[in-house]
Amino acid sequence: MSSPAANCPNCGAPVKFLWSSAVQTTCEFCHSILVRTDVDLKKVGEVADLPPDASPLQIGSEGAYQNKSFVVVGRIIYEYEQGTWNEWHVVYNDGTSGWLADAQLEYDLSWAAQPPTPLAGADDIRQGQTYQWNGKTYQVTSRTRAHYKGVQGELPFQYWDKSDLLFADLRTSSGEFATIDYSENPPLLFLGRAVEFDELHLKNLREFEGWT
Amino acid sequence: MPAVQAKSISCPNCGGPVALRGFAHTLSVVCPQCMTVLDASTPEVQILQTFQGKTRTQPTIPLGSRGKIGDTQFEVIGFQIRQVDSGEDTYQWDEYLLFNPYRGFRYLTEYNGHWNFVNVESALPEPSRSAGKLAMRFGGKTYLSFDSMTASTVYVLGEFPWRVSVGDSIACQDFVAPPSMLSSESTSGEITWSRAEYMPGSQIWQTFKLPGSPPPAYGIFANQPSPYGGSVGSAWRTWLWLNVALAGLAFLFMIISPGHVAFSDHYAYSQNVRSDAAFVTPTFQLDGRDSNVDLSIHTDLENNWAYFSFALINDQTGQTFDFAREVSYYHDSDGSEGSRNNSVIIPSVPSGQYYLRVEPEMAAGSPDVRYELELRRNVPNYGFFGLAALLLLIPPVLTTFRKGSFEAARWRESDYAPSSSSSGGDD
Repeated sequence: MSSPAANCPNCGAPVKFLWSSAVQTTCEFCHSILVRTDVDLKKVGEVADLPPDASPLQIGSEGAYQNKSFVVVGRIIYEYEQGTWNEWHVVYNDGTSGWLADAQLEYDLSWAAQPPTPLAGADDIRQGQTYQWNGKTYQVTSRTRAHYKGVQGELPFQYWDKSDLLFADLRTSSGEFATIDYSENPPLLFLGRAVEFDELHLKNLREFEGWT
Repeated sequence: MPAVQAKSISCPNCGGPVALRGFAHTLSVVCPQCMTVLDASTPEVQILQTFQGKTRTQPTIPLGSRGKIGDTQFEVIGFQIRQVDSGEDTYQWDEYLLFNPYRGFRYLTEYNGHWNFVNVESALPEPSRSAGKLAMRFGGKTYLSFDSMTASTVYVLGEFPWRVSVGDSIACQDFVAPPSMLSSESTSGEITWSRAEYMPGSQIWQTFKLPGSPPPAYGIFANQPSPYGGSVGSAWRTWLWLNVALAGLAFLFMIISPGHVAFSDHYAYSQNVRSDAAFVTPTFQLDGRDSNVDLSIHTDLENNWAYFSFALINDQTGQTFDFAREVSYYHDSDGSEGSRNNSVIIPSVPSGQYYLRVEPEMAAGSPDVRYELELRRNVPNYGFFGLAALLLLIPPVLTTFRKGSFEAARWRESDYAPSSSSSGGDD
């Protein structure tokens, strides 16, 4: 993993990269959202104060899933009717990246995937609809309208200033998980699975007052 | 990075302090002073609901209690009373919200002293059918449909990671595979599945170090493990082995105590001999203490019957034991009926010199019959073994019956009760 260093075009502070393929990051001093161009970093926006959250994960947390170690390099925060959740951007030791969702301490791992079959449009996706992917029956369990609430750290694409977003979550009878993200057209598909906290073998977590 | 600080807010209704145990997960919290339900998700705390109009209930497990379930330490941070009002029947149960900042939320439910530890599941159960009922397959187990209901929240304390309010109602369905239960809750079309594991009250008392001892559980709960669950099979296995042992014992008896032959002889009966059919045998000795005597008759009857009247007479005292046996044997191409042999046991015959008086009798015109009489002293009484085998049946039959009535009592509380109470008149 290389850490090409640059300086924030806004405040001049050094900006480090944990992941060489990062497209976007944030300056941890002035909270500018920075996008990498061929030659330098360009400020595209600014993150408002992040909402208080109680995820035990943080940028720099490390873990391993099925003997593949990973490090948390960034996140997107969403807010919906029932609170907020985090999509942590994790980079594996083979250079690939994926997502670790933490929604009220329920964890899902997922990876961007090519939809094996065409996906229903935002207006057509319904709870209870099913898709047959990789021999499994994925059932739409929820449609969630969310707001983009903020970003932090390194992301594999430009992601900022989004407003109203639609997500559809799908699950199988054997613990697989999928999300259809309607922030793009055509929609993006992420495939993965629900994981228990202890399956992630996490280190460098946040500490909580009264829980040491 | 410093530890995440526990938060405290002020109640906008009464001004009292409200400590938060669930950090930023807490969306709503009940002010412990004035019981107002507050929205804690924004810095400017809003009132969601002023109270509740009910006398205060003290949860059995106080808020803030911590205890280890499995390998995880949990803190009790929320409490609700939920109620089902079916029109005919109203009942309530308690629901505790448990929290661990890394491993998340779990629930404990309590109804009439029956406890369940509940985990929200992310995998989807698969609908199926079993024993004519709707069922769910989940984690390799089949859960039978038990009941469905609408549950409303009637009382809240503490904090919740969702916006709680008194009056919220949710459609629920329960499926049981004791000691587990699978439940669905659906709100606005979204279905949440959770799996409950039955826990005895004593485990709750131990986990949360509660004073005293748990009150006994009342009635039978939907997923309460049957105390006879595994014992029916094992009772029948025990029965089988005891029977094998009994048969072995009977065999052993037969070998070591076959009785000793006191008298035996061959005879023929012919209606052509124009003399009295009755005759007496030579005397023989019966030894030992008072004991039984077995007289067996072996004939060569063919599609005929013979009737034998006997008297066992003590040569010295004249004491007489009278008895009779019929032997009949018929057979054709379809099969046979009866037997060429018969026997009789006379109990408690004192020792002494005896002889037999024998009087055979047959239908007029019957062909000759040959027969053997064998009198044995002190034969094992196999009737005892029969009685023992019968007595051995009692425990497994009783266990089977008890399990049956336990299951019947469980299902009486379900939507599948054999007769609904609304039919009336049979109480």
